[in-house]
Amino acid sequence: MPQTLLARDPQDVVDAVTAAGANGRTLEIRGTGSLTALGRPVVADTVLDLSALSGITLYEPEELVLSARCGTPRRDIEDMLAQSGQMLAFEPADLAPLFGGAARAGSLGGLVATNLAGPRRISAGAVRDHTLGLKAVSGRGELFKSGGRVVKNVTGYDLPRLFAGAFGTLGVATEITLKVLPRPETQETVRLEGLSPEAAAAAMSAALGSSCEVSGAAYAPAPVAARLPGCPDTATVLLRLEGFGPSVRARRDMLARVLIPFGPCTVMRETPSAALWSAVRDVAPFVGTPERALWRLSTAPMAGPALAARLCATLDAEAFCDWGGGLIWLALPGPRSEADTVRTALAASGGHATLLRATAEERARTAVFQPLDEPLAALTARVKSSFDPAGLLNRGRMHEGW
Amino acid sequence: MGDAGARPHGGPQESTAATAEESAEESAEESAQQRMHDGSHDGSRLVMPAPDAAVLARRDQIVADLARLVGADSVIAHERAMRPYESDALTAHRQLPLVVVLPATTDEVAAVLKYCHDNAIRVVPRGAGTSLSGGALPLADAVLLGMAKFTRIREIDTANRCAVVEPGVTNLGITKAVEHLGFYYAPDPSSQIACTIGGNVAENSGGVHCLKYGLTTNNVLGVELALITGEIVRLGGKHLDAGGLDLLSVIIGSEGLLGVVTEVTVRLLKKPDTARAVLVGFPTSESAGDCVAQIIAAGIIPAGIEMMDKDAIAAAEAFVNVGYPLDVEALLIIELDGPEAECAHLLDAVTAHAQACGATTLRVSQSEEERLGFWAGRKAAFPAVGRISPDYLCMDGTIPRRQLPFVLARMRELSHRHGLRVANVFHAGDGNLHPLIRYDANAPGELEAAEAFGADILRLCVEVGGVLTGEHGVGIEKRDLMPEMFDAVDLAQQLRLKCAFDDQNLLNPGKVFPTLHRCAEMGRMHVSGGALPFPDLPRF
Ligand SMILES: Cc1cc2nc3c(=O)[nH]c(=O)nc-3n(C[C@H](O)[C@H](O)[C@H](O)COP(=O)(O)OP(=O)(O)OC[C@H]3O[C@@H](n4cnc5c(N)ncnc54)[C@H](O)[C@@H]3O)c2cc1C
Repeated sequence: MPQTLLARDPQDVVDAVTAAGANGRTLEIRGTGSLTALGRPVVADTVLDLSALSGITLYEPEELVLSARCGTPRRDIEDMLAQSGQMLAFEPADLAPLFGGAARAGSLGGLVATNLAGPRRISAGAVRDHTLGLKAVSGRGELFKSGGRVVKNVTGYDLPRLFAGAFGTLGVATEITLKVLPRPETQETVRLEGLSPEAAAAAMSAALGSSCEVSGAAYAPAPVAARLPGCPDTATVLLRLEGFGPSVRARRDMLARVLIPFGPCTVMRETPSAALWSAVRDVAPFVGTPERALWRLSTAPMAGPALAARLCATLDAEAFCDWGGGLIWLALPGPRSEADTVRTALAASGGHATLLRATAEERARTAVFQPLDEPLAALTARVKSSFDPAGLLNRGRMHEGW
Repeated sequence: MGDAGARPHGGPQESTAATAEESAEESAEESAQQRMHDGSHDGSRLVMPAPDAAVLARRDQIVADLARLVGADSVIAHERAMRPYESDALTAHRQLPLVVVLPATTDEVAAVLKYCHDNAIRVVPRGAGTSLSGGALPLADAVLLGMAKFTRIREIDTANRCAVVEPGVTNLGITKAVEHLGFYYAPDPSSQIACTIGGNVAENSGGVHCLKYGLTTNNVLGVELALITGEIVRLGGKHLDAGGLDLLSVIIGSEGLLGVVTEVTVRLLKKPDTARAVLVGFPTSESAGDCVAQIIAAGIIPAGIEMMDKDAIAAAEAFVNVGYPLDVEALLIIELDGPEAECAHLLDAVTAHAQACGATTLRVSQSEEERLGFWAGRKAAFPAVGRISPDYLCMDGTIPRRQLPFVLARMRELSHRHGLRVANVFHAGDGNLHPLIRYDANAPGELEAAEAFGADILRLCVEVGGVLTGEHGVGIEKRDLMPEMFDAVDLAQQLRLKCAFDDQNLLNPGKVFPTLHRCAEMGRMHVSGGALPFPDLPRF
C-alpha cells in the first residue's frame, strides 16, 4: 500500500512534489478517487490526496465566472450555480456510477483533468472551452499560474486548456477558474423512431445543420434505447432543444418540419427530457455491468452510427451514440477489450478511442488512450517533460512509462 | 481593407530592432533581464534579439538554398520587393527580413523549416500582416515565411458541419465559401476581409460575436502543423476533443512561436434565422455597465454587446453618419439572434432592462438595413478615430466587466497625465477593452507618451483582475509587460513548453517573452542533493 499524503493548501502540494522529486518517488494525484479506474493503472510510491484542498474561492454570477480549489466536490459547485440559475454548460458527465461509485462524487480537479463533456459538447463546447484560469504545481514542485478569470485572453500559452484532459500528468492543479453560463429556462426532446444507423446520422445532421439550435443529438439502437428513460424498445434518435419557452416552442415546430423526411416525431416535455439527457450523459445504459469492457470513441459525426453498428455486429457488443453521432459508447460482452478490432474499424473515419472501463489487467496490457504516431508521440512526451521532467506525476496514467 | 488606410500605430520611427547594440545573445539576455527588473517600458526602443552575424554573412547562400527548395519564384530577396513585409499593422516598428519565402505546399513549408533548423536560422511566420501587436515583425537575420499562397478551401463538409481550409484563406473567405449553403464561420474580427485563418489561430482572434459564439479556440477543430524540425503533426480533425494531451489548445494563441499552421479544420454554424439589434444610449458608463450586468444576470446571452464612449461615438458618427445619439456618455449595441420568436421575446426583456437602468435613447432595428447601420459605426470605429487623429494606438486589455466604470475613470486621469486623448470601444459582453489612444507621431515625444499611456492602461487592467491582451496577442507590443501579470516561475513554465516545440528558439524569437533563454538552461532541474524527508502533511 502506498502512503497517502493529504494536502491542505497549495504549499503542501509544493512540499509534497518537491520531496517526491528529491527522493525519486512517484506520486499518484487523487481528488476524490471517483475515477481512479479510468486510465492506465498508476503504480505510484505515494498518493497525494487533494480532497481537503476544497472550497469555492470566487463566484460572480453576472460576470459568468467561478473559481474553486481543485478538491471542491462538483456537487458543491453545481448546487451553488443552480441557486443563481446557472450551470457548467459543458454538462460534465458523471461517470463514477459506471465504475460502481456514488453519483456526483467527483471533484473539480478530476472533472477538468478528464475533460468528459456531456451531450451539450456539440453546442457549448468541451470542458476545456470553459477552463479560463489555472494555478498548479509542476513536477518541479513550482507553483505557477496561467490564464485568468476573463474569457478573452491571449496572454501567453493557454495552459488551463492544456490541463483539461491531461489526467494529472502535467501538474497538480490547485485552483481552477471556469466560465459558467445561465441554465436554460426549459427544454424539450424531439424523438424519431425506427431509423437505420445511416438514416439516424442523416437525421441528426439535418437537425444540427438547421437553425433550430439543437443542444443534444443522440442515437440509440434497439436494445440500448429501452434502457434510456422514456424511450421505446426500438432504434431512437433524440434531439434536445433548450432555451426560453417561446423559443423552444418555435424551434420544436421548425425541427418537426426539418425532420419530415425521416418520419413522424414525438415530443418529450421538460421533466422526462431532463431525465433522459442525464442518462445519456452518464452512460446509464451501461451502469451496473462492471465486467463489460467499455469504449468511448470520438469520430466524424456522420460516420459514427454506422461504425457503431459494424462494431456491435463484429464484436457482439452494444452501443449508442451522442454528439450527433460523433461520440460512441461501446460496451463489449465481456472483459476483453478487443482493442485492435476497435481501433482498426475507427481508422477509416479518424478520431480516437479510449478504453474507458476495463479490468486493471486489461488496462495495463492495452493502450487505454489512442496510441500516438510519430512525430506526435515524441512531441507529446516532450510536452509532458516540460512540466514534469522526472515523470513524478501520474506516471503511466496516459502512456506506458510516462 | 477595412481600416481605410489609417495608421493604427504609425509613424516614421524606425525601430531599433536591427540596431540593438548587443552583439552576443548573452548580453541581449542580460539587458532583457534588466528591463524586466527595472520595470520600465519604452516600446519605441524595443530591444529585439541581436542578429546572428554568421547568418547575415551567409545570406547569399541561404537565398540560393531556399530557391532550390521552393523555386526562385517563391523567394523574394530584393530590398524593394521585401519592403511590404517590413511590418505588420503595428507600423511603428519596421525591419526588413533576411529574405521572404512564399511556399505553396506543406512539403515546401516543411523543407524550409527543416533547412532553417539544420542551419540555425530564425523564422518569422506571417499571414496577412494585420497583427496589431507586432507578431509578424521580421528580424534582420530571419526568414520571413509568408503563407499567402495557401488560399485553397480544401473541403466543405456541411454534413459534419466543418470545412478544411488552407491557412492563408481569409476569415471572411471561409464564410463566403459556405454562405450559399446557409452556413458561416462564427469568429468575426473587424479585420476579417484581410486577416487569415492562420493568423487567427496564432492570435486566438475574436470579434463582436464572441460572447455567444466563442473565440477562434472554440471554433477550430483541428490543424496540421509543421514543426521547426520539418516534421508534420495533425492535431484534431472532424472529430471532437483529443485522444491524448490536447496540444491544439496551446497551438491556438501561440503567436507563431510553436509551429507553422499549414491547414485548419473549422467548425461551421448554420446562419441564425433572424438578427435584431438594439441601440441604447446612457447618461453614464455606470448605467450602461449595469444594463449589461442585468441582462446577463437574467440569463440572456446576446450574440454581442458592444459599448462605445462619447469620443468614439462622435468619431464614428462623423465618419459613417448612422444616427448615433451624440448627447450620451455611453452607447450600447445589443444584438440578439436566433428564431424570430426568440428575438422578439428577448427584445422585450432587453428593452425593459435598458429602461430600468436609465437609458435615455433606445432604438430597435426594424430592418436588416437598419441593423447593419447600427453596426457600421462600431465596425468603422478604428478608421473613424484614424480620421480625427493623425495616429492612434489600439490597446486590447480585458477586465472583469464590473470594473468598467472604475477603469474608465482612471483612464481619464491617465489621459490627463499623459496629455493624450483616448476613445473607447469595448466588447462589453466579455470585458474586452479597446482604448484608442490618439497621438501625432510627428510631434516629438508623442509616440513615447502614447506607448507609456498604453502601458499604464494595461497595468490597470491587470490590477483590477484582468489581462494584458484579449485578442490581439502579446507580440512585441506587450512583451515587456508580461511580468506585470506573470512572475518568473510562470514565465519559465511557458518557456519550457516553447522548448518542447522549438529547442533552439528559432520560431518567432523576440515575441511574447521579455527574456531570451536557452532551452538547456530552462530544462535543468535543481534538485537538492540527498534525500528530503516528506514534509509534515497528514498521512494515512
Ligand atoms: C483594423 C484592424 C481591426 C482588427 N480587428 C480585430 C478584431 O476585431 N479582433 C481580433 O481578434 N483581431 C483584430 N485585429 C488584429 C488582427 O487582424 C488579427 O490578429 C489577425 O488574426 C491577424 O491575422 P493575419 O493573417 O494578419 O496574421 P499576421 O499579422 O500576419 O500574423 C499574426 C501572428 O500570427 C503568426 N502567423 C500567421 N500565420 C501563421 C501560420 N500559418 N502559422 C503559424 N503562425 C502564423 C505570425 O507569426 C504572427 O505572430 C485587427 C487588426 C486591424 C488592422
